[in-house]
Amino acid sequence: MSFIPAPLSRFFHRTASPPHFYALADKLVPWLTVLFLLLLIPGLYGGLVAAPADYQQGDSYRIIYIHVPAAWMSLFIYVLMAVMGGIALVWRMKLAEVMLISSAPIGAGFTFVALVTGSLWGKPMWGTWWVWDARLTSELILLFLYLGVTSLYGAIEDKRSAARAVSILALVGVVNIPIIHYSVEWWNTLHQGPTVSKMDKPSIHISMLIPLLLMAGAFKLYYAIAVLQSAKLELIKREPSAQWVKSLLENKA
Amino acid sequence: MKPHRKQRLMLIGLMLVGIGLAATFALKAFNENLMYFFSTTDVAEGKAPRDALFRLGGMVVKGSVERPGADLLVRFKLSDFSKEVTVEYSGILPDLFREGQGIVAKGRLDSRGVFVAEEVLAKHDENYMPPEVADSLKKAPEAE
Repeated sequence: MSFIPAPLSRFFHRTASPPHFYALADKLVPWLTVLFLLLLIPGLYGGLVAAPADYQQGDSYRIIYIHVPAAWMSLFIYVLMAVMGGIALVWRMKLAEVMLISSAPIGAGFTFVALVTGSLWGKPMWGTWWVWDARLTSELILLFLYLGVTSLYGAIEDKRSAARAVSILALVGVVNIPIIHYSVEWWNTLHQGPTVSKMDKPSIHISMLIPLLLMAGAFKLYYAIAVLQSAKLELIKREPSAQWVKSLLENKA
Repeated sequence: MKPHRKQRLMLIGLMLVGIGLAATFALKAFNENLMYFFSTTDVAEGKAPRDALFRLGGMVVKGSVERPGADLLVRFKLSDFSKEVTVEYSGILPDLFREGQGIVAKGRLDSRGVFVAEEVLAKHDENYMPPEVADSLKKAPEAE
């Protein structure tokens, strides 16, 4: 019994087989890189040059073109990791394990960027580098979760059981994601409330919003490129003596 | 779906529900500690601690900022649109400090009921706009 139609399920299994995935990733990466640059260049130009200065913060607000997309990605990647963890636990799919573990350092990087840029902005604007309010603290916990996933995976010798342990950690940690997102609404925080996801009325002028969305798209594509490259490497590391890896190396040589 | 997979899926679902519930209870229990600051209404109703450091947040009341002496001492009123508290602070204010802006001050209440701040942080709001738009918005409420 299955609620997934047979052709779709066959497509899934084919794509999830390491040699197929490897070839697909190889083909996708150049296209993704072109798209990434197409979003990044107008995004950076729009955000840093074309967009007007803010009425209160002046030019300092331009940190949002890095800070906000990085913070969004830090949440997005963690949710993806938890989904991969669920798939890895239920279906024991090797590719899901590989994607999970390849995502963790990238997510940690985005979280780190969000924390550092926020801190650099906080000093002149708030008057402090860091406060222990709910938003900042929960984002810091997210960084530790990412680092925990990577270290736990590294600490267990057998990579299949390591992946199982890491999947559980990723799933447990996902409870932090709504806490981060809603922290600014549930509690009094120094960090301001949401700007873009607020539906009733836009809190950001359209000339400032467009570069922000371009940057958000560019960051997503950057993640896709980075995760595919590192997943390729992880697949080879997992099965160094597999037939497809041998023939791949022979073709390259 | 194969039965053992269905079982694992259910187990994961149960685990997530359990963790979610545990987190909800824990956060509910620590609710007060997770609040970064007290509101001015809390202070007026006596909910804020006496003789202890705490943080007070609110809007700087328009026209209330005064500098009584030649030193850095500045006195202003904070409001959450229902109750007001007078704050005194001696030091350098952050860039975003201005009348009508939200701030968070750390300090304690003295015997006069004045909040003596040791640190003042500006709380930025979630609005971003070019200066021209802000000017036209400022004109609009007066017309309302």
